[in-house]
Amino acid sequence: MRKVSLKNALLVAAALAVTTSASAAGKLEIFSWWSGDEGPALEALVKLYKQKYPAVAVDNATVSGGAGTNAKAVLKTRMLGGTPPDSFQAHAGQELIGTWVVANRMEDLSALFKSEGWDKAFPKDLTALISSKGGIWSVPVNVHRSNVMWYNPAKLKQWGVTVPKTWPEFITTCATLKAKGVAAPLVMGENWTQQHLWENVMIGTLGAQGWQDLFSGKIKFTDARVVGAFTTFGKVMDCANKDASGLSWQQASDRIVDGTSAFNIMGDWAAGYFTTTKKLAPGTGFGWATAPGTSKVFVMLADSFGLPKGAKNRAEAVNWLKVLGSKAGQDAFNPLKGSIAARIDSDLSKYNTYSRSAATDWKNSKIVGSMAHGAVAPESFMSAFGAIIDQYAASRNSAGAAAAAQQLAVRAGFGK
Amino acid sequence: MKGLTKDRLWAIAVLTPSLILLAIFVYGFIGRTVYVSFTDWGNDPAQALALEPIIRWVGLANYQELFSGFLQGRFRQEMVSTVFFTVFFILGCLGLGLGLALALDRNPKGEALWRTIFLFPMSLSFIVTGTIWRWMLQPQGGVNQFPTAVGAPASTFGWLSSTDSIWKFDWNLLPIITAVVVAIVMGVVAYRAYASGQRTRMLVAAASAAVLLLWAIFIAPNLKMLPAPELHGFNLALIGIIIAAVWQMSGYTMALYLAGLRGIPEELREAARVDGANEIDMYRRVVFPLLSPITLSAMIILGHISLKIFDLVYAMAGPDNTFTSVPALNMYLTSFRQNQFALGAAIGTILLILVAFIIVPYLSSQFRTEESH
Repeated sequence: MRKVSLKNALLVAAALAVTTSASAAGKLEIFSWWSGDEGPALEALVKLYKQKYPAVAVDNATVSGGAGTNAKAVLKTRMLGGTPPDSFQAHAGQELIGTWVVANRMEDLSALFKSEGWDKAFPKDLTALISSKGGIWSVPVNVHRSNVMWYNPAKLKQWGVTVPKTWPEFITTCATLKAKGVAAPLVMGENWTQQHLWENVMIGTLGAQGWQDLFSGKIKFTDARVVGAFTTFGKVMDCANKDASGLSWQQASDRIVDGTSAFNIMGDWAAGYFTTTKKLAPGTGFGWATAPGTSKVFVMLADSFGLPKGAKNRAEAVNWLKVLGSKAGQDAFNPLKGSIAARIDSDLSKYNTYSRSAATDWKNSKIVGSMAHGAVAPESFMSAFGAIIDQYAASRNSAGAAAAAQQLAVRAGFGK
Repeated sequence: MKGLTKDRLWAIAVLTPSLILLAIFVYGFIGRTVYVSFTDWGNDPAQALALEPIIRWVGLANYQELFSGFLQGRFRQEMVSTVFFTVFFILGCLGLGLGLALALDRNPKGEALWRTIFLFPMSLSFIVTGTIWRWMLQPQGGVNQFPTAVGAPASTFGWLSSTDSIWKFDWNLLPIITAVVVAIVMGVVAYRAYASGQRTRMLVAAASAAVLLLWAIFIAPNLKMLPAPELHGFNLALIGIIIAAVWQMSGYTMALYLAGLRGIPEELREAARVDGANEIDMYRRVVFPLLSPITLSAMIILGHISLKIFDLVYAMAGPDNTFTSVPALNMYLTSFRQNQFALGAAIGTILLILVAFIIVPYLSSQFRTEESH
């Protein structure tokens, strides 16, 4: 009697195990902050995935909120609570590495990169940015460029100025424009766009190599060149509007369109805003150039997906990552998102005028990561660095700001 | 066990669940937060989110960091901002509320309608208020456009985006300033005790005032909390947030004052008039003294709202604008964006202590009056 019941119990247990594993095989949860404008691009990827794996039920767990402000908090709760999503979105680079990889919560994807041939499909500089401690940690889906200066070609002609090539030249142009009655030749927005501007001044002054050395700890923030760049940044801020902290990046871009300001330093999502929302033609309605001093540099940020340790549907998640990294996946996603493919072999005919020029530069330029968008510095650094920029805006103390940044860098473990 | 009647058993049974829940979710979590604030959880990014983080006891290091650490200038500015915000917010609400209540007390036409209109903002959440006022205080819209109605040029004041501040002082002078202020208060207490003939009390107060003054003159100037001077003051961008907060809460103080005014018996006023008091004297000597307990309760309620304020600032100026930031916002960012849980817990504990400073004396005085009844 006892024997039989044990056997029965075992049978039931086995049956349960089979059913759970069977139902698990048909599920995948994707965690992202892509809603609204970016929703359709994500849908395109999911559609592609479903074509390949029709049996899998895809659960699109989107938490809306710009740049993932809300999603990241939800993700933290889920990870700490022991129920990680199967695959989640993160800005490629240190934002993921400095938060989750150092805490030993992510799986190494090196083997996947090798088997899929991605180590050749993605540029070397990019692979370096998403690697640390001998591992590769996420699959980049798209690439945005952050070192772009936007302007209004008709207005520049009217004012009789040309696009400045270096930051000193920019400051001279700014003085000329001010003399012609333009109160704020440069338009800035809320805190993060100021960090964005800071990084462009820094890269334009230090050069790509100097920028990389700064975040690998080889150059200290207290170095004379960095302090000098802070001073330049102060002069650039003098060219900007005084009501910056009240403006979103879209409101700041509007001032280029209506001609109250001449220049705006913003990532290339502004191209989508100008063409789609404002119905302007690239080249005539709005113009663009690389930010001063960064002509041969591509400052990038990317959205990527990683594989958390303990994912419930690991096999499905790996298949999802394979779709993300594939040529078909990247070409389905990026034209809709307004970004370019991270792969160098993408089909350029699918992209608009601006994106084609960016895609060409992606292949020919030196690639470095953006600080303001999480590629080269962890969140703990970025978030506190915003306060340093604000203090600098009030005090204009270059040496003090540099010293504070250096302390932050030590705390965040740069160069370790 | 003579008290164990059926009634009493019922009371215990009904109260127990909430007592248990309170013990865990309020006092347990307060204890846990205070404990975390004495550790280094999150100072090392590798341990912050690890499955089994190594957490070490560091004592008061986080508090020391907040008050004198080179990187925590933002927190210190927020402490200063909170003081200014609290003062102006309470003064604004009390002044406006009392004014409205006095006006309504004179029985104007359509009083009920006015009462509803003035009380209405309180029914909105701070998020809604914040969003409305953010639109009104846009650099090129709303309030700044008012002068154009009379043909004047539009104002350019940056209500929420100004980076200027006034009444600046060096953070290093804080010990001196605190000591002098407390000494002056003690001096006043001593004088009052002297006037009412309480000798011991006068001596104690005068002695502590003297000690504090001596300390401020001879010892405090040698203390340096920071290596370099660090200026903090009243950020002008806060004005916009104070306006919105006063708009939201002054209806509430109006309701309190109105109830108080209506509670004053007409005979008292008439007696004052018979004694020859004019209207101003009547208010000064009869009405306002009778309203002072209401002022006290309003200050307590407004004071703790102002210390805890988070949502209004988040909605109006966003989390990253350090010129309008408050400690509660910093606590959120430090804990959940920078993953520095211990430092965030320390900010939370400081906020709790500040609120306790306001609430505990009030509670104990309430308790005492109840006991004496």
